[in-house]
Amino acid sequence: MGIAFKKRVAAPQLPSRSAYGDNRTGTHLPPRAGSLNGVIVPEQPGKNAIEVRGVRKVFGTGENQVAALDTVSVSIRENEFFTLLGPSGCGKTTLLRLIAGFDFPSAGEILLHGQDIAPLPPFKRPVNTVFQNYALFPHMTVAQNIGFGLEMLGKPKGEIEARVAQMLKLVKMEALKARRTSQISGGQQQRVALARALAPQPKVLLLDEPLSALDYKLRKEMQIELKRLQHETGITFIFVTHDQEEALTMSDRIAVMSAGKILQVGTPRDIYDRPAERFVADFIGETNFLAGTVMSKKPGMATVKFASNATIAAGYPEGFDPTGEVTLVVRPEHADLVPDPAKGTIAGTLSNIVYFGTDTHYHVRLDGGENFIVRHQNSRSSPATYETGAKVGIQFEEDAARVLKD
Amino acid sequence: MAEPRSIDIKEQPGFRSIAIICLLVLYVPVLILMIFSLNSGSLVTHWEGVTLGWYGSALRNEEFHNAARNTLIISISATIISTVCATLAAIGMTRVKPWRGLAAAFMVINLPLMVPEIITAVATLSFFALIAGTFGLNFGIGNLILAHTVFCIPFAYMPIRARLEDMDLTLEYAAADLYATPWNAFRRITLPLLVPGIMSGAALAFIVSFDDFTITQLVAGPGQTTLPLYIWNQIRRPMTPEINAISTILLLVSILFVSVSFLIARRRAK
Repeated sequence: MGIAFKKRVAAPQLPSRSAYGDNRTGTHLPPRAGSLNGVIVPEQPGKNAIEVRGVRKVFGTGENQVAALDTVSVSIRENEFFTLLGPSGCGKTTLLRLIAGFDFPSAGEILLHGQDIAPLPPFKRPVNTVFQNYALFPHMTVAQNIGFGLEMLGKPKGEIEARVAQMLKLVKMEALKARRTSQISGGQQQRVALARALAPQPKVLLLDEPLSALDYKLRKEMQIELKRLQHETGITFIFVTHDQEEALTMSDRIAVMSAGKILQVGTPRDIYDRPAERFVADFIGETNFLAGTVMSKKPGMATVKFASNATIAAGYPEGFDPTGEVTLVVRPEHADLVPDPAKGTIAGTLSNIVYFGTDTHYHVRLDGGENFIVRHQNSRSSPATYETGAKVGIQFEEDAARVLKD
Repeated sequence: MAEPRSIDIKEQPGFRSIAIICLLVLYVPVLILMIFSLNSGSLVTHWEGVTLGWYGSALRNEEFHNAARNTLIISISATIISTVCATLAAIGMTRVKPWRGLAAAFMVINLPLMVPEIITAVATLSFFALIAGTFGLNFGIGNLILAHTVFCIPFAYMPIRARLEDMDLTLEYAAADLYATPWNAFRRITLPLLVPGIMSGAALAFIVSFDDFTITQLVAGPGQTTLPLYIWNQIRRPMTPEINAISTILLLVSILFVSVSFLIARRRAK
């Protein structure tokens, strides 16, 4: 029954096993300089778990230099489910690797509860990672995998066994603890990888597209499972994904990244309803873009005129001063069709109707030449029926239109 | 491997006959050698009857004992030293930042594979002669161990390097992420996963050293006769089936050694 851990040989570089570093000399080091078996124990929890300050990461030299991260700053709060969202090559994984310590920034600081961890090797950071391919140790059992981090921290055997049992229970893998990792399914490997990373109780858990290898149904299950684990453990999760739906459903806050920059940070609702830039609006969900001219503005609200001479009040991002020609964004479900073109804010011809079961998409060719999609949720008592080729008007809900930065 | 192949090799015209010819050419001489080790007559060409007597006389043969002892001392020492060197070299060339001279180092390690063995043999002989002449140093059987170690290294190096290159690097990242110092990560993750590569490297090195003739013949001093040299000396005299018996023993030892290391490697790889 017992878990066969090899007896740990005391590593020579660790003369002191005291939990908070060596204070025997009497010179009281500040608590931030503490360490547990060489792993730093950060200062008392502040409000930011991770603070990335002006981090740049450049790969290559000379003319082949590529900035994978171009001066990124972001604060991730204690106990938060934070998602780095972006297409492949946007720098999200690079940022995660810098936080984990697999790479070092070319410039800037990474603070963990106020202490700069950027120059530390990964084994000295109280941060654990769930890898995209899980990276389970193939020559160890499930239980040995989960206990590995604790063992490396030099925890007593009894404590390791108790904690491993607790983790096995948390991820519901008790029955398979003696199995080799090659003898369990992908979903189970995922659970073991999670348990292994959570077992040492890291300050921050990093997840690098951990669900991408799972099939659709299992992915949905694991999304809920991850939220539950985050809630139960109270650990800050930093989650990397290119799947906007995954990001919207799971995150407390999302940072949208593109080409080595963070474009916008906010709650899923912020990001979806109030995108600041064209890329953000386009990457997340379906979007309509409209051209307009700013006529007048007051704080937070601009009046924009369309080519059709109709005007609309539209919000704009903080710290941005919209003038002249601008692009507006309207989500397809924030607009409605009206049969009388004169009653709509803008008008056009219905070019296509696509039925999706839960909702219907109406493709409208605007009089100005642009395409516009209106999404209408289907119900048993769907009111008006439209036919392609009909002239229609489009009405916007209040606050539906937003001015974009670019 | 799971991918279905569209061509069945066994269906190809001529496959069977070519395969049979190759197998015959390879194994019939060995088979004849083994059969005549049981010949009760004293000729290796004329069959008279079955006996195990030649094995008995081989096992009682003092010269054979000495040769076997020398061979084992040299092969085992050369295997251990060359496998350790090859393991360190393979790690140094796959697990570090690319450094200037990496390609050159790779060349140097593999040079013994490309240089004709007789050249290496003559060079080694002159080298030891020079040392003996200049400094009056002679390492005895150490000369042979050193010479064998040099040409064993590339054979041990290849499978170890292949294994290291196949290994998933994220495993080592994962170990570091889970608070393993570089040494602990090596000891607990890289090394155990590398064992099959080290085993097959060591097996190759052993076999190559065990049956080396050219270099050994030139470098060996008096009293340093190894099994291949002993067999060579015997066949220059009137041959008896005893030499067949000795060759068969050698062959069985090789087969046993290779099989065992193969089985261990396969079990560890699972």
